[in-house]
Amino acid sequence: MTMKDHTSQSEINDEMRAIEAEARARVDDGGAPELHPRRNYPPYRSSILRHPTHELVRVDPEEVELFSPAFGHTDVNVLESDLTIQHRGEPLGERMTVSGRVLDGEGRPVRRQLIEIWQANAGGRYVHKRDQHPAPLDPNFTGVGRVITGENGEYSFTTIKPGPYPWRNHLNAWRPAHIHFSLFGTAFTQRLITQMYFPGDPLFALDPIYQSITDPAARARLVGTYDHDLSVPEWSLGYNWDIVLTGPKATWMESEEAHD
Amino acid sequence: MTEPKPTEFIQTPSQTVGPFYGFALPYERGPELVPGRHPHAIRLHGTVTDGAGDPVPDAILELWQADETGAISREQGALDRDGFTFTGFGRAAVDQAGHFTFTTVKPGSVGGGAPYIVVTVFARGLIHHLFTRAYFPEDAEAHRRDAVLGAVPPARRATLVCVADGHPGGTPSYRFDVRLQGADETVFLDFDA
Repeated sequence: MTMKDHTSQSEINDEMRAIEAEARARVDDGGAPELHPRRNYPPYRSSILRHPTHELVRVDPEEVELFSPAFGHTDVNVLESDLTIQHRGEPLGERMTVSGRVLDGEGRPVRRQLIEIWQANAGGRYVHKRDQHPAPLDPNFTGVGRVITGENGEYSFTTIKPGPYPWRNHLNAWRPAHIHFSLFGTAFTQRLITQMYFPGDPLFALDPIYQSITDPAARARLVGTYDHDLSVPEWSLGYNWDIVLTGPKATWMESEEAHD
Repeated sequence: MTEPKPTEFIQTPSQTVGPFYGFALPYERGPELVPGRHPHAIRLHGTVTDGAGDPVPDAILELWQADETGAISREQGALDRDGFTFTGFGRAAVDQAGHFTFTTVKPGSVGGGAPYIVVTVFARGLIHHLFTRAYFPEDAEAHRRDAVLGAVPPARRATLVCVADGHPGGTPSYRFDVRLQGADETVFLDFDA
């Protein structure tokens, strides 16, 4: 497992700032902003021995990659979108809903596809057996949810706000609160696993996983928006987060919608 | 409401699966695309290793493939394992030694091309998942005509081809090791070119 690293937060910050400055200089020189994280991002120590050192080989997807598994309501019970009702009692924490839409690169809804989420509890502890953080487990919270998107690509989860938690990337390293999201598109090339964050988190600037996306505008796409209209009086706070998958390329040519 | 401009649909960045997906992503019989008793079952297995050659004990892999006839399943219920329906999708977390095992069938040729299985790798430390393909060693003739293998430097092509490694219990076995770095680093594919 993770080796303990005694690098200080300020040293990690210096590494992260240097990479961001270099990325900004490339954009200023006319380069495209990086939409995804760097695969090799040394401030995130686990990436050092795990990123491919060769360039990925660029190829056209073929028929297999242009389809995706077909999920359906036999896969997911409608109750699985509510993470607060999976046990006898109510979980502790700030009850909230996270709602949004899953879209493809053309802005079209990704319908009837699977979203899986998982998260820590309000104290920042995962149910996972290797999570050693000495925060309490909540007997009323597992932190796993699933949903099938609707006709407009919409989804909604009811859960509690996860807590930030420590990890051993460097000394006094803390992850900002986040929910893990796993998504499928209509083509397997659109497969995405990512994390949704919460607005205004003071840990953003300190977190090498979040900062591995060197473009500030791209990073901001992972932050949900507090939406008071989604809050339910005397019940829950509402967040909105839309997710945009790549392509799919196959349908670009046969798109029915004209766009200019 | 004004029509949104295409530039507003910029893709959401990837983030690592992290180490703590174990209570969320694996599902019952996820590694069994077919039951082991299926008459044409094969084993697809391997080890995920890092740049130091050490096993990666927290990777999770997904398979996506055509069926034996080369048809791509449109069956709903890709997470269901009713014992009969082939949905073409599977998911397996590695064990402590970085080893994964799937039970599946060898896909048929799709559109006359070389058969292959799409393999997707997620792990702590992988901030963005990796796509690759597992081809089969007995299809060398078809590999010579394959566009993806043709795009790969010859010295690295072998990393995309499984190794036949026997018939444990009568089931043909194929080994597909995933080397994230190193001398025989697996070829990973970018479909977004």
